[in-house]
Amino acid sequence: MYKASSRKSDLLLLAGFTVAVLLAPFILGPVGAGYPDLLQKFAIFGIFALGFNILFGLTGYLSFGHAAFLGVGSYAAVWTFKLFSMNPILAVIIATVVGGVFAVAIGFISLRRSGIYFSILTLALAQMSYNLAYSVLTPITNGETGLQLAQSDPRILDVAFGRDYGAVLPSSDFFGIHMTGYPGYYFCAALFVLCFFLSMRIFRSPFGMMLRAVKSNQNRMRYTGLNVRPYTLAAFVISGMYAGLAGGLLAVTDPLAGAERMQWTASGEVVLMTILGGAGTLLGPVIGAGVIKYFENIFSAFNEGVLEQIFSFLPEFLQHAMVSISSMFVGEGWHLTLGALFMVIVIFLPGGLMEGFSRIWQRLRRMTKRDDDKPVEPSSVPAE
Amino acid sequence: MDDILLQVLNGLDKGGAYALIALGLTIIFGTLGVVNFAHGALFMLGAFCAVTVKAVLGFEKVALDPTRLTAWGTPVEIRTTYVEAWFGDFGTLLLNFSVPVSIVIAIPIMLLIGIAMERGLIRYFYKRSHAEQILVTFGLAIVLQEIVKSQFGANPIPQPAPEAARGMIDFGAMIGMQAGGVVYPAWRLIYFLFSLLVIAAVFSFLQFTTFGMVVRAGMADRETVGLLGIDIDRRFTIVFGMAAVVAGLAGVMYTPILSPDYHMGMDFLVLSFVVVVVGGMGSLPGAVVAGFLLGIVQSFASMNEVKNIIPGIDQIIIYLIAVVVLLIRPRGLMGRKGVMEH
Repeated sequence: MYKASSRKSDLLLLAGFTVAVLLAPFILGPVGAGYPDLLQKFAIFGIFALGFNILFGLTGYLSFGHAAFLGVGSYAAVWTFKLFSMNPILAVIIATVVGGVFAVAIGFISLRRSGIYFSILTLALAQMSYNLAYSVLTPITNGETGLQLAQSDPRILDVAFGRDYGAVLPSSDFFGIHMTGYPGYYFCAALFVLCFFLSMRIFRSPFGMMLRAVKSNQNRMRYTGLNVRPYTLAAFVISGMYAGLAGGLLAVTDPLAGAERMQWTASGEVVLMTILGGAGTLLGPVIGAGVIKYFENIFSAFNEGVLEQIFSFLPEFLQHAMVSISSMFVGEGWHLTLGALFMVIVIFLPGGLMEGFSRIWQRLRRMTKRDDDKPVEPSSVPAE
Repeated sequence: MDDILLQVLNGLDKGGAYALIALGLTIIFGTLGVVNFAHGALFMLGAFCAVTVKAVLGFEKVALDPTRLTAWGTPVEIRTTYVEAWFGDFGTLLLNFSVPVSIVIAIPIMLLIGIAMERGLIRYFYKRSHAEQILVTFGLAIVLQEIVKSQFGANPIPQPAPEAARGMIDFGAMIGMQAGGVVYPAWRLIYFLFSLLVIAAVFSFLQFTTFGMVVRAGMADRETVGLLGIDIDRRFTIVFGMAAVVAGLAGVMYTPILSPDYHMGMDFLVLSFVVVVVGGMGSLPGAVVAGFLLGIVQSFASMNEVKNIIPGIDQIIIYLIAVVVLLIRPRGLMGRKGVMEH
């Protein structure tokens, strides 16, 4: 199940990952994803899914309320912009810390139970935060409108350092570089690589081993005299900090925060990203996040006109039929595709895309090495 | 005193909905051991059964009356619904009672949907982990919800109650208190009584029929029942269908209280899960008691007097109770030992 990997291959993976992230605008250009807004989403949700995977992939605790940390991170970042400074570094740090603190509170309660109780508790607590953000906490969250920047914000640090944004609404800037477009992407990308590195260190560390032990057999772990709670709580808080960071980055690239980011659909989305890519694998969640955001972007942009063009090679009555069927799945109906994808993945490929890749890889190897009579065990990654 | 009684009444109809959904959820937990995140979607489908029935009954035939002219000189259009044209007064009655009539239609439809769901999807997940069960039913819930959205639109569709039940009932006078003190919408009281009826039907079905006895035996020890030569799988399929019917009926009758829209299922699902957890997984009386209890507590928390002391308490009280119950009584109020312990 778990194979210790060498230092060298890890370094190679990290280097390859870094290069891929840095060159993403060129690599993803040909498939129509080479523009900064989408790339930012890839990086941000990649971080979110990486964090979720540390909890779900390693310990098997399925949290259904992770979007709450994302939302809290966004609010924290926007408030930092409003009160202190437009510099994204401070905002990102505060978002991470606030996400972590929030995760300590929620984790402390919900980790008392495991299995479905844990899922329901996290779902309930996240839904509670969402309700609160919409109603009573309106002075902090600005309710339905969402939290936005204003010209009259104090921004005490900016004022102290003599920065004046004049009469325009400021956007977040990193010592004078605006965090939109490619600079924004590279800011996210730097943190993305850092998060990937940290996640890799956690996977390879004794701590990561403990988390895997929690997943495979908690009782046996207790019998050996280990207390499970600190490990699970630590994993929960780390993944909460990742989510807070992702939320902060969402606010950095587009400085507003709304409660809808905390809804259960958003929590479901990160679960889907992780299992689509392959829970418990290092690279899987990143791939899952990329695939989902990519298809979301493409599918949402489709409308009937585009569909009619696509099916224009068909005879007319077939064209109409195809358009009316497929239009259910695109545009506004993107969520239908998402739900269907969710079911297909869980039913047929519980190990996610990474398992699919490894199955294909095994088959190829077997085909090329027919004369080797050593049978190759299909290495399946258990996904829970 | 009147205020307190009013709040209790307020909680009863919502509590009835919670209890019915939670009852189905906990039956499925207890029998099949499956965590059904699509149960809220079944509630929503039931509500949309009522919407469909009303739409079908409301099909209109347009006739032109050449003897009368409108201001523009065109003949007056006379719109009559087909049911009224065909059945006369009985048709009008049908239209008026479209929500209760939907029950008759909803029962077979929900039963079919439930059985199809169990045979087509859920049964492949008995042996798989709870996380995978949650995920696949969650996906199913999204799919059902989006299909409804694409067919009926995203806006709530109001459903009128029958005219006779649209008014208010002076509940205070009925139980011998001062007249006019506790006045309450009639339909909500009907909903409460209806939910009691359904709950009683489910309990007596499980308690007094041979089928119910087998199901209860299966809940206690599935393997032994199988060894005795009883096809427990088939019974459990029907039980799943029954749970779907209960959720669907809860949805049908709830439409005059809350105009149905495509995401009502998820809103209720989260709360119903909380109800099940508070009541105790796999405990049927627990689900019912906790459903009504939480409904009433919620309505007390939304009183202005309470909200002035603790703002926002109405939004979070249910979740707070769930957290407290789970921390001090992990098995829930009436949870049984050995059910869903892991």
